[in-house]
Amino acid sequence: MIYPATQPPGPAGGAAGGAASLSSDHGFVSFVLAGERLGIPVERVQEVLNPQAISPVPLAPDAVAGFLNLRGQIVTALDLRARLGLPARDGAQRSMNVVVRDRDELFSLLVDEVGDVVEPAGRAVEPTPPTLAPEWRACALGVLRLEEHLLVVLDVDALLRGEAAGA
Amino acid sequence: MDELLRDFLTESTDNLGRLDREIVELEQTPDNRELLASIFRTIHTIKGTCGFLDLQRLESVAHAAENVLVLLRDGKLAVSAPIISDVLAAVDVIKEILDGLEREQAEPAGDDAGLLARLDRWLGPAAAPDEGDDLSALFAAAATRAPVPAPIAELAEAATTPGRRGRKQTNAAKAPRKRAAQAPAAPAVPSAAVATAPATEPAPPAQAPAAKLAAAPTPASAPAAGSIAEGSLRVGVEVLDLLMNLAGELVLSRNQLVQLAQDDENSAYRMPLQHLNRVTSELQEAVMKTRMQPIGNAWSKLPRLVRDLCQASGKQIELEMHGADTELDRQVLQAIQDPLTHMVRNSADHGIEPSAERAARGKPERGLVRLESYHEGGYVVILIRDDGRGLDVEAIRAKAVDRGLVRPEVAATLSDAQVFRFIFEPGFSTAEKVTNVSGRGVGMDVVRRNIEAISGTIELASVRGEGTTIKVKIPLTLAILSALLVQTGGQSFAIPQVGVLELVRLTAENRARLEVINGARLYRLRDVLLPIVPLADVLRLPAGTEEHASIVVCQVGTQRFGLLVDAIFDTHEIVAKPSGRMVKQIHYYSGTSILGDGRVVMILDVPSLATLACSVEGVQAHDGAGAEAQAEAERVALVVFTAGSETARAVPLSRVSRLEKVPARDFEFADGRWLIQYRGGLLPILPAAPGLELRALDPRPVIVFGDAQRTLGLAVDVIHDIVEQPLVLQRRSLTPGVLGTAVVAGRTTEIVDLEHYLTAAQPESGSAEALGASLHALLAGADREVLTSALEAMLAQLREEVAV
Repeated sequence: MIYPATQPPGPAGGAAGGAASLSSDHGFVSFVLAGERLGIPVERVQEVLNPQAISPVPLAPDAVAGFLNLRGQIVTALDLRARLGLPARDGAQRSMNVVVRDRDELFSLLVDEVGDVVEPAGRAVEPTPPTLAPEWRACALGVLRLEEHLLVVLDVDALLRGEAAGA
Repeated sequence: MDELLRDFLTESTDNLGRLDREIVELEQTPDNRELLASIFRTIHTIKGTCGFLDLQRLESVAHAAENVLVLLRDGKLAVSAPIISDVLAAVDVIKEILDGLEREQAEPAGDDAGLLARLDRWLGPAAAPDEGDDLSALFAAAATRAPVPAPIAELAEAATTPGRRGRKQTNAAKAPRKRAAQAPAAPAVPSAAVATAPATEPAPPAQAPAAKLAAAPTPASAPAAGSIAEGSLRVGVEVLDLLMNLAGELVLSRNQLVQLAQDDENSAYRMPLQHLNRVTSELQEAVMKTRMQPIGNAWSKLPRLVRDLCQASGKQIELEMHGADTELDRQVLQAIQDPLTHMVRNSADHGIEPSAERAARGKPERGLVRLESYHEGGYVVILIRDDGRGLDVEAIRAKAVDRGLVRPEVAATLSDAQVFRFIFEPGFSTAEKVTNVSGRGVGMDVVRRNIEAISGTIELASVRGEGTTIKVKIPLTLAILSALLVQTGGQSFAIPQVGVLELVRLTAENRARLEVINGARLYRLRDVLLPIVPLADVLRLPAGTEEHASIVVCQVGTQRFGLLVDAIFDTHEIVAKPSGRMVKQIHYYSGTSILGDGRVVMILDVPSLATLACSVEGVQAHDGAGAEAQAEAERVALVVFTAGSETARAVPLSRVSRLEKVPARDFEFADGRWLIQYRGGLLPILPAAPGLELRALDPRPVIVFGDAQRTLGLAVDVIHDIVEQPLVLQRRSLTPGVLGTAVVAGRTTEIVDLEHYLTAAQPESGSAEALGASLHALLAGADREVLTSALEAMLAQLREEVAV
């Protein structure tokens, strides 16, 4: 009562390193998943990590690949292939981690490759075409038409919600 | 808030916590002048500060109470229950005003005229005492009684009432306190603080000065006090919590570093790491110490509670407290405060009988509630014992059936310990009469949940007419827990040590004791059949090779089970972390942790796993889905066998102590019944069907049953299966030995009435008395030799019964 509560130190400083270089206005971090190109808003990304040791959690929902240790913090690894109904990664291929924070919890989205940050450059995110698979439509914000290909922009909140994520 | 007011509030709240206890003590030891002086001083300090802060309402109440206390202290008024009640009422109002002050920073409005009048009534014709003179006289008296230097006196006081001076004391302050306790001038104060004989009273010669000095003025009221006040510091609890978390993180990093360096003998990091290792351990220990508080802090409200209850009910109850100085983490202390209060209230209100009833039963009129606390390994054990009426097993059994917690057929087969567990079910209260103190049926389930939430365990034992004992075992601290690391299906898991009883390594020799009957596994551990939960099956992992397979024997409440794992590693100190929302719904985990090598492991939730172990109780939902849990609700494990005919018959596994295969030649006929020599005694054998020729089958399966007094081997032809399913008796039976018929695993099956067989096997049950009677008959006219041999036989039988 006499002394004001001291705030615990925020997330470790390392977070800044990864995120800072990606930081730009409304860009999208692009990544590849089973040959498909997808992206999430850059402001949601805390950092990108190389392949990590992941401890699986028996009985967890399919999309939960397990837990990893990020500087002493527990991170729930979400297998985006499973989450989006794509075929499982072949054993030898190790996945990259796109770390996002949601309500004080850390999640790592497991993807095949991480690409550049895509600037919208005046292009608008168009509505999701109805032909997209239901799993995709449920977690997509829309589609960005790029020069060479389309980029499906995913809704991080929907990815972390949803039945398949068990939450 | 004004700095002065804040300090005053903190100080007063600390002091008031002590006041309740002291006033109750005073009622029991009216001649204890030190106690009176201490009470007087606290009230006086509050009153004095009120003047500075212009708190008029508070001042008037404190003043009125002080006037009464002065008369008591001067012997002009004798201590009596009504006076104590009025003084306690004044303390309550003071607390209320202080609470209001803290909330609104102004005195709350209220009319104290009634209270003031009641207090003033005691003053009588005597003039209002002049407290100023009295106080200085008191100080003088205290000074002349002080042959040892003041600092030690202060320390002695700190040792007698640990933690009373401030919410928190730094480690620096604790160290000298310890020294004081060890110093010859102030020998360790007895750890048993009995409410009726307070710690300040017993005064063996060597201790007398210290005990007297325990009543010396506190720093708050006496300028003379210095050393402790200067050496201690009030620190916000948040700061300590943060320190604790950081220390936990540091321990994890240290563990990781140590593991990395282990592989490299010549690493340049070796020496600095060793240093880091040691410093980290010391830091962790020191930080933990700052948060340690004596359990007595959680007990301070209990004497008042028991006293008020006695006043309200007219009972006489003595509250004994032993081991009040047992220390544990403040977080744990907070978590057990309410459960403890509830259990003591239960004991006093429901356990202890009214004086007249006690007298009629030949018990001392004064009931006893005894609290005891001690360290055991890394845990604190708290025992709450009363010598009251005990629990009525049959009433609980009936109520459990009534509430639909268990089916009547099953209820009849439950052991006492199993029946007592219903006490911890939601909405279960056996009090026939609801009092204003307790008995609303919200309690023991909350108690159990609170204790299990901090990885503690709770057990209850009770003897009708003699009393009840509750044993609570809780970890010293929640921040770091000791866990056993096991492996199954190639993955590691942590099991909190608190629930682990023993470890059994499966070897070629004892593997045969692991019996698999239709998928249900049992292990014969000494004289009990232990239900086995294979961890790999539960977690749907590939089954291991069983080469290094081991069984972790766990206990939850009174239920024991074995967790079958592929391998057991060693124990680790781990820091538990929440496991995140995506796996939170899996009840088999209580959290996660990071190991020394950086791996993340899941911490297993032993109580949830226990529900899988052929739970007869089976009320707890252990799977997220409510419907599924409902279906699981009354599952009973049954041993299915045949004997004499093709009819399938079954007994509840919970009553079975062992399954044996007995060679035909071991069946012996003596004294008109079949017996086998079994574990150093004789086990009566009954054929499960009439006309069964015991020696016709070699070896013959025997199901061994037994409770505290009676044992029995039921000889059968074939043990087919152990089936776990809901037990629904379709038809009740009139045939002796058969409870009824049910469908078990698709077959119509007779459910065996064990009571019938147990009684049949022990015709002389009531044993000792019956033996005594027949002994008298023998003595009436037998020659010496016959008598001796008869006595020997009886002694042997008695021994057998005792051994069983």
